[in-house]
Amino acid sequence: MITLGHYLIVSGMLFALGLAGVIARRNILIIYMCLEMMLSAANLALVGFSRFHLSGGLPDYTAQSLVFFTITVAAAEVAVGLAIIVALFRTRQSVDTEVITKLQG
Amino acid sequence: MPPLLFYLLAAITLGFGLMVVTARNPVTSALSLASCFVGLAALFVSLDAYFIGTIQILVYAGAVMVLFLFIIMLLDIKAEEGKQPNLAAIVSGIAVAVLLVTQIMTVVGHTKLAEKTPLNVPLALMDAANQAKGAAKLPTIANDLKAGELPDAKLIGFTLFDQYGFHIQVVGLLLLVGTVGVVVLSKREKTPGGAA
Repeated sequence: MITLGHYLIVSGMLFALGLAGVIARRNILIIYMCLEMMLSAANLALVGFSRFHLSGGLPDYTAQSLVFFTITVAAAEVAVGLAIIVALFRTRQSVDTEVITKLQG
Repeated sequence: MPPLLFYLLAAITLGFGLMVVTARNPVTSALSLASCFVGLAALFVSLDAYFIGTIQILVYAGAVMVLFLFIIMLLDIKAEEGKQPNLAAIVSGIAVAVLLVTQIMTVVGHTKLAEKTPLNVPLALMDAANQAKGAAKLPTIANDLKAGELPDAKLIGFTLFDQYGFHIQVVGLLLLVGTVGVVVLSKREKTPGGAA
């Protein structure tokens, strides 16, 4: 039988995959995609908790409202982030994080 | 939901998620991410969150992924392939991921809360309609509940505009600022002689 724990573990594994990608990859676009994956993994945990915490016989829609806000903020973040990546590529001609070291001091 | 379906959807989500991380070609990564999000949307639907599943497909698999593919196309980053990967970063990435998953599995395995199944906590639509508290006071929602349907878009809308009206406005402002920011960022710098 599928329990809340199953959903939480899938969510945790997806988050861990995204985290591994952020640490291991050097292409800044793929790092960005992995960030999106981590956000979605957190959404899965929230929706899971929402379904299994009933209030008056219905799912707890506070959690799903939070997911709605997360998705909105993520969409805005993608737009701004990709614009920054394009600006970065214009000056550096690269999307490799080992080339972009200006802030390293 | 049959357990087999859950495992299939979880396998799609995690399998394509793995491909995002391991693929050498950014286009493969982007398309895998789109498939991963479709699997995730199906998992949302399996949790009776139809509205969230729909906007997951519309916003992520639709808008965000198209944006990613556009940027990949625009930057033409084929030249980045074929470089030697950084071994230390890969090892530490895998180590952190394994640690995190182990930790989550331990916590989930030790808590009673995680043993809830959809059968233990069934949706009680009739009860919600009869109690007529909060959102169920609205006739349109109450009628849907009595007809045995879960009007979850209406319920989310009610929650958002009943309790989080200010937050909605803040998010609207954020989207506006984001739009303006993108326009400013993607404007080419003028030469010093031109207007700033």
